[in-house]
Amino acid sequence: MFKKLIFGAVAVAMVSGAQVNNAYAEDTLYLPSLSYRTGPYAGGGVPIANGFSDYMTMLNERDGGIGGVKVVVEECETGYNSQKGVECYESTKSKNALVYNPMSTGITLQLVPKAPVDQIPVFSMGYGLSATAVGEKFPWGFNYPTTYWSQLSAILKYIDSKGGVKGKKIGYIYLDVGYGREPLPLLEKLSKSMGFSIARFPVAGKEMQNQSSHWLNVRKEKPDWMIMWGWGAMNSTAIKEAAKIRFPMDHFIGNWWAGADADLAPVGKIGKGYLAANFSGIGTDFPAIKDIFTHVLDAGKSTQTTDRDQVGDVLYNRAVANAVIVAEAIMAAQKSTGKKVINGADMRLGLETFNLSADRLKELGLEGFMAPIKASCKDHEGGGGIFVQQWNGSAWEKISEPISPETDVIRPLLEEAAAKYIADKPDWKTQTCS
Amino acid sequence: MELLKGIFQYPFEEMANGPAFLLQVLWEGFVAGTLYSLLALGFVLIFKASGVFNFAQGIMVVFAALSLVGFHAAGLPAYVSLFLALAVMGALAWTVERVVLRKLVNQPDLILFMATIGLSYFLIGFGEFIFGGEPKSMITEELGLPTGSSVIDIFDDIVILQHLDIAAALIAAILVIGLALFFSKTRIGRALRAVADDHQAALSVGISLNQIWAIVWFAAGIVALATGIMWGARSDVSFALQIVALKALPVLILGGFTSVPGAIIGGLIVGFSEKLFEVYWGGLLGGGVEGWFAYVVALIFLLFRPQGLFGEKIIERV
Repeated sequence: MFKKLIFGAVAVAMVSGAQVNNAYAEDTLYLPSLSYRTGPYAGGGVPIANGFSDYMTMLNERDGGIGGVKVVVEECETGYNSQKGVECYESTKSKNALVYNPMSTGITLQLVPKAPVDQIPVFSMGYGLSATAVGEKFPWGFNYPTTYWSQLSAILKYIDSKGGVKGKKIGYIYLDVGYGREPLPLLEKLSKSMGFSIARFPVAGKEMQNQSSHWLNVRKEKPDWMIMWGWGAMNSTAIKEAAKIRFPMDHFIGNWWAGADADLAPVGKIGKGYLAANFSGIGTDFPAIKDIFTHVLDAGKSTQTTDRDQVGDVLYNRAVANAVIVAEAIMAAQKSTGKKVINGADMRLGLETFNLSADRLKELGLEGFMAPIKASCKDHEGGGGIFVQQWNGSAWEKISEPISPETDVIRPLLEEAAAKYIADKPDWKTQTCS
Repeated sequence: MELLKGIFQYPFEEMANGPAFLLQVLWEGFVAGTLYSLLALGFVLIFKASGVFNFAQGIMVVFAALSLVGFHAAGLPAYVSLFLALAVMGALAWTVERVVLRKLVNQPDLILFMATIGLSYFLIGFGEFIFGGEPKSMITEELGLPTGSSVIDIFDDIVILQHLDIAAALIAAILVIGLALFFSKTRIGRALRAVADDHQAALSVGISLNQIWAIVWFAAGIVALATGIMWGARSDVSFALQIVALKALPVLILGGFTSVPGAIIGGLIVGFSEKLFEVYWGGLLGGGVEGWFAYVVALIFLLFRPQGLFGEKIIERV
């Protein structure tokens, strides 16, 4: 009798579990979030995870989801570790995952070859493998609104506008991992075409808080400008060390992962004048961000954002931009397929057809928040530009108009890199774009 | 030929032609060396008392620094926060002795080592739960630590001395000397050495192993707090600081795991050599050599003195 009861209970549990799973897959839009709230890079990971999750929660609370379907964001902790990122991917892909936002170039590089196999697109917003911008070669990879290579080109264009780069020495300090090395081939090529010399300063992960040697070398090399591809504690340490050797802050420019509030808060006044690239709005003065306060934070619906001041920060807002693109792509996919609940293949289509125009941004309550993007089959980057922001000692200020990359120079290089990537992969599926 | 010149000629010419810059490199080496010594000291204290490499020392640095800035963020004055952070490290030492070490008396060293790995992961999770993962700013000015710098004009160039670096070197020196005297001149220090030699023998002559362990872990906690303040002021206070503690490994190999003077000398050797090598020879290998150079120096020492410069030579007769 007892055995029968146990068997019965197990059977009921299994059947109801299966039903729950089916309901989970059929009635929701499932978005895995590869977050990192722990580990050495958590300072950047926390606001990114919060911004993404809060925007989706806001859509659920304000609009009832996307196209009437609730969005489920499930976080999986990667610790910014590629191996754990892949484990997260493998454990969530069968839940009808629509798209992966790896939040790490290392994880992106691991997922790019898996995307066509599992038919789930990878969207690395402004990071990852630059060559995925070439839609014909990478049907399942996207990096709107712009790539690392385009960003570097725009940064050099900014430097060029401040006295020219020809004949100058550009120092490049970078986290010595896949992310930091990504723009190196382009930097080498542009140095020849634009006529500047390079001094490289690689910073190993375990030395990121111990950079005095690197900055002694900077003092020795005397570069005219410094560009930084840093992340986490590397950024604040580098800026403090730069101030220590009296490097002019207005000639030190970080990429968009080296210009967060979390990077400059520990630096304070000594970082005044430091520059950084950015592509998403700063602050809370946008109706959609105010809706996050109203429908999520004030309503007690945010499970993780405990610090209200974080909303509007550089990284929080960038994650909102990421979420906006994902939401727009879902809507485009729903429209194209006529389905409310879509799958990864539909999402890929959405990522190639959404149109985030200036009017649409205004409609979303995000006027001026980011550059408009018109998705396409051919261009998975969107050709977006950057703007430059400057630290005034206590906050960031936008100091430039949008700077577009040298697309005519960058695009052939991206195509060359894409062709090289797939050259030794005979089974790699490409697509033809009209 | 050019390679040989790059090794044997150009660096020395560079030193001769830029003596002020050489002084700057040496100063930075000295500051880094004293900070490495401080890191290594935390490991040495616990190793001397229990023969265990404390894997949790790195996270103790983070935990101590986060406690300090956490109390201050809660509105407490800086020195009250400092006192409370010390109390937290004391409570941690007491808890570790009660919950972990007491149960493992006379167990093989490897078991104790594994226990410190467990402790390390517990503190990471507990710390992230309490303080969150976001980086914090060290309360440098509030603690009365100097900021700014002095510039010395010399050899037609300048040498920049950060006041914080000077303070760091002084505080590290005071701590190291104080702890060395405490453990060599006091009754507790002698008891510590007895415990380090043989747990059972120490117990048999009436030394309280539990008390000694708690004291030593507390001393390591004090060192962790000082280390956290100094490294936190140079960068920020985040969980990334635990990685810095890895720098103590080559220092310990050089100086010996049981020697306080060894930690000092080892730290200085690593500090000076890695800065000189990175700046004058690093370019030959593409830069970024600092991360592994200290281990190469340690490896060379290992070949000739496996017990380190000041470590105890263990002779076992079969």
